Amino acid sequence: FTQNEVAPHMQKWDAEHIFPVEMFTKTAALGFGAIYCKEEHGGSGLSRLDASLIFEAIATGCVTSSAYLSIHNMCAWMIDSTGTEEQRAKWLPQLAPMSRLASYCLTEPGSGSDAAALKTTAKSDGNYYVLNGSKAFISGAGATDLYLVMCRTGADGPKGISCVMVEKDTPGLSFGKIERKLGWNAQPTREVVFENCRVPKSNRLGPEGSGFGLAMRGLNGGRVNIASCSLGAAHASLLAAREYMTVRKQFGKQLAEFQALQFQLAEMAAQLVSSRLLVRQAAQSLDSGDPGAPAVCALAKLHATEQCFDVCNRALQLFGGYGYLLDFPVQQYLRDSRVNCILEGTNQVMRMLVARDIIGRLGDA
Amino acid sequence: KYIHIINKADMAASKGLKILVGCKRVIDYAVKVRVKPDRSGVVTEGVKHSMNPFDEIAVEEAVRMKEKKLAGEAVAISVGPPQSQETLRTALAMGIDRAIHVEIPLAQLEKLQPIHVSKLLAKVCESEKPDLVILGKQAIDDDCNQTGQMLAALLDWPQATFASKIEPSQDSKQLRVTREVDGGLETIDVSVPAVVTSDLRLNEPRYATLPNIMKAKKKPLAKMSPDQLGVDLQPRQEVISVEDPPVRKAGAKVESVEDLVGKLREKGLVK
Repeated sequence: FTQNEVAPHMQKWDAEHIFPVEMFTKTAALGFGAIYCKEEHGGSGLSRLDASLIFEAIATGCVTSSAYLSIHNMCAWMIDSTGTEEQRAKWLPQLAPMSRLASYCLTEPGSGSDAAALKTTAKSDGNYYVLNGSKAFISGAGATDLYLVMCRTGADGPKGISCVMVEKDTPGLSFGKIERKLGWNAQPTREVVFENCRVPKSNRLGPEGSGFGLAMRGLNGGRVNIASCSLGAAHASLLAAREYMTVRKQFGKQLAEFQALQFQLAEMAAQLVSSRLLVRQAAQSLDSGDPGAPAVCALAKLHATEQCFDVCNRALQLFGGYGYLLDFPVQQYLRDSRVNCILEGTNQVMRMLVARDIIGRLGDA
Repeated sequence: KYIHIINKADMAASKGLKILVGCKRVIDYAVKVRVKPDRSGVVTEGVKHSMNPFDEIAVEEAVRMKEKKLAGEAVAISVGPPQSQETLRTALAMGIDRAIHVEIPLAQLEKLQPIHVSKLLAKVCESEKPDLVILGKQAIDDDCNQTGQMLAALLDWPQATFASKIEPSQDSKQLRVTREVDGGLETIDVSVPAVVTSDLRLNEPRYATLPNIMKAKKKPLAKMSPDQLGVDLQPRQEVISVEDPPVRKAGAKVESVEDLVGKLREKGLVK
């Protein structure tokens, strides 16, 4: 599927900034729209490990598309796991086939890593919340239909945050300009602005004050998924470099005959395979309900996104001058995977989480 | 001889044809095949395998005929090693109802020939009594293009090979098959039961969806052995050696037609 429906279009989607909605509909037809949601309302009922394999495979054809697919899946899961029966019955039958698309809104201009400091307010007004504030760097904004917004219904800090679903044409919801980015061009990224935006309280996911916890739980899986996208980019880049090295000759020999370059490939393989094992381990820890899973997910995201970016970078170097040309794919894998080290929690935040887990286990072996 | 008598009722009115589809597990088309150092064959261990592309087309056709209500039941069969079960699961995931695996022990696998496969299929046809057998026209590993034809001969059934279209005949009592032949397209009517082999342009196979892949795990898969079917797998051929094709040599460019003719004369290709 990736070979036929995704990879051939990767460059075009990047160059022309096309958000490939038709391709997403096709992936949803294969069951990829709600991979780890329950089957009751159209989910595929599969595991996080299965999801990791799927995102990695699709990312070999287009990192950006796989990343959006993973964001959509994360939102669908948040509704599936925390929503009321009515909410699940209303939204999952639309999200699973991707006839409606979702976006995740946590980050704000003033709060990225310090996510709990978010300022978008949701003041109670009868049966409605009135939202005021703005979200930044929202993937898919403007093109998607449902926004899962983390907003402040209570006091400062994480416990005052709730998750509210806002539908696209709600009055008071508007979007900023489409950001111009280094990569992820196949996805619009924009500010999402709320100006006295009235949202029914029945759109709140989970009790008031539970939004931050839900957002963080969503991110655990999101981190495994984004790391899986990095794996796909690195895998494709490594294979591309290998092929190039058997074709390109200098000094009368194929590049593949130079030991220094062979060692590069070997090291890249070590980076890729070790990352892959860690990511799959993290996925399995989520599947098995391991209480230590969040730390493993952070560790996997930290390691895989950095190592895989390096693999793409090395692959680009192996292509020499040609690697720098936009006609060759490695530069796109490189640009698209660079942001994986930043979003879903910067790798610095990942380090914080892992360190906290290690020190917190003082006394364990 | 095996004779199968069916009620030649109007095909559209009946509960549909029963179709048997053959699937072979072969080395994936994208793999760079390597000859074994001892030149006894090609390297298969650790190499990616998948369903023969022409068989995928056959499976797809059977599933479409079910969807069009021309067929009632579609059964997939594979003659091969234990791993052929994966191939059958793919067929089930595409929409086939149940599968039969005729398991061949590894020792006899390399020497398996279309003559054996067609005999095994003929035996299965005796008990399954399909109205239509669809096979891929040839396997991409041996390119034999024999099994379908041999099967039809063994069963004394009509055959329509290299099909690019299958539909009911005008009176709905037969199948009208369009065949791709050297001169173009030939359309024939065959009575059922019949053997049809699929060619490239018959259809474009669907992707198996995740929900169908999960459902396929629960569909019935029966195992059989060649002994149970009473077919002897004694090889009729001996492979003496398998070698790489000769490395392509550089050609030469000529300046004029006279030079070309001269060179051809030199090589004794033209008098």
